[in-house]
Amino acid sequence: MSDNIKVKVENLDFYYGTFHALKNINLPIYEKKVTAIIGPSGCGKSTLLRCFNRMHDLYPGTRYEGAIYLYPDKTNIVAKGVEPLYIRMRVGMVFQKPNPFPKSIFENVAYGLRINGIKDKKVIEEKVEKALKDAALWDEVKERLKENAYSLSGGQQQRLCIARAIAVEPEVLLFDEPTSALDPISTARIEDLIVELKNKITIVIVTHNMQQAARISDYTAFMYLGELIEFGPTEKIFTNPEKKLTEDYISGRFG
Amino acid sequence: MKIETKKKLDLIFKAFLIVTSISSIAVTIGIVVALTEDTIRFFLHPEGGGFPTSIIKFFTESEWTPTFINKKIGIWPLLAGTFLIAAIAGLIAIPMGLIIAVYLSEFASHRVREAVKPWLEFLEAVPTVVYGYFALLAITPLLQWILGKFGMEVEGMNALSPGIVLGVMILPFTASMVEDSLKGVPQYLREASYSLGASKLRTAFGVVVPAARSGILASYLLGISRALGETMVVAVAAGMYPNLTLNPLEPVQTITGYIVQVALGDLPYLSFEYLSIFAAGFMLFLITLFFNLTAVYLKSRIERY
Repeated sequence: MSDNIKVKVENLDFYYGTFHALKNINLPIYEKKVTAIIGPSGCGKSTLLRCFNRMHDLYPGTRYEGAIYLYPDKTNIVAKGVEPLYIRMRVGMVFQKPNPFPKSIFENVAYGLRINGIKDKKVIEEKVEKALKDAALWDEVKERLKENAYSLSGGQQQRLCIARAIAVEPEVLLFDEPTSALDPISTARIEDLIVELKNKITIVIVTHNMQQAARISDYTAFMYLGELIEFGPTEKIFTNPEKKLTEDYISGRFG
Repeated sequence: MKIETKKKLDLIFKAFLIVTSISSIAVTIGIVVALTEDTIRFFLHPEGGGFPTSIIKFFTESEWTPTFINKKIGIWPLLAGTFLIAAIAGLIAIPMGLIIAVYLSEFASHRVREAVKPWLEFLEAVPTVVYGYFALLAITPLLQWILGKFGMEVEGMNALSPGIVLGVMILPFTASMVEDSLKGVPQYLREASYSLGASKLRTAFGVVVPAARSGILASYLLGISRALGETMVVAVAAGMYPNLTLNPLEPVQTITGYIVQVALGDLPYLSFEYLSIFAAGFMLFLITLFFNLTAVYLKSRIERY
């Protein structure tokens, strides 16, 4: 593997109160590749994803142990002294259900830019346009940027959320089952978009859908009951897994 | 128990529930009918000039003196007093209600919230007459002392003092209604904001408050509607002088204050003075009804995220 490491999970344990949700996870995430995390419901894949941007900090009683290093500076994402706001500017997220703000299409994308202190109207307009173009939404919305984001279809809303996330130019983008609430056509568009985005951004995607993982990811991690069972190039995981558990899951014997 | 007996008991209980529900509606209708009836009588009364002169005078004259020999029936002085005091109350309750609600909903830990809320509810439990005397005997002298230093003369009865106290009085109600609206904002919107690197403050005022704006506005309208209809505080501390002014340092009379004043006196049934309180009350009813209906409409929009 000659790919550069972007994120490295080392001996990560995670607790919801007394519940030990992630057990000694070790996992590399490669730069400008798509890494899929798969596994049955409750295996901890979303929990792991939400460690990457410290989303768990919003809720009391959660605790990290171990490290997640963000390269090139090797910042430990889950270290106590590291400010989550700083991490979240570098590691963006797209959620399961499209969750645009009840604001205009333009303001949705501009929100993150404004947080970062950009005040120049022209710069904001340029960056919004670029983000919407990168999210393959520009042609559909350029005439109606002032309209409320809820006037868009579900698939368009999800692409708007992607535009919102990439507008602030994160280094890593997390996708938490981004197509589970969408129809097949919208799903295909989001998948194409993810493959397109990996030229610029490192992507981690949690998915229920194994075909989706096989279609769009370069690497796949398989999790089960809070443990990482197997990690490797997607092709190898899907054709020639090393562990019996992985093979059983891939071939649909459980899950 | 036999099945027939059970069914009968169910029927009896159901009838009891229906009668109880209908009676509350009937009381409401009864009030509206009585109010409307005597309001019509007021406008038909010869001392007011009779219909339609009385209606024109009601909306064009600038003095309200139905109890004097020279009867003027312009509603504006009472409306000015009512809205002046409600506006002052709003100036207190609107920003403070929002700040308290945002703090409780977005910042405070569960423990702090549970510790603070009983104190807010305690404010609601204070009898209104106590608020009235608090305005008259504590706030008014305080205002006279403070504003006096700036060379402003505050009269013993004025709009400012009861306005401030009314603002504090409706604050718990307003704050808890606003808090409910903020709590109704789905968590995924907060997560979206945090995921972009937003701070708590930014998330609260950039996303949560705008998302809850209909509900917040509805809470304000209901709070102000309460202030408009509040009686005891203004009767004690605002004065008894229907004054067409927007100067908060002068005595004013509100619609409710006028009703108290006149109702306390000896008035012959169906006399012009007696009827005047119904006309004034009907006006207040229309205003608060408008505020409440607007609030209900706004609340019906809340769910659309």
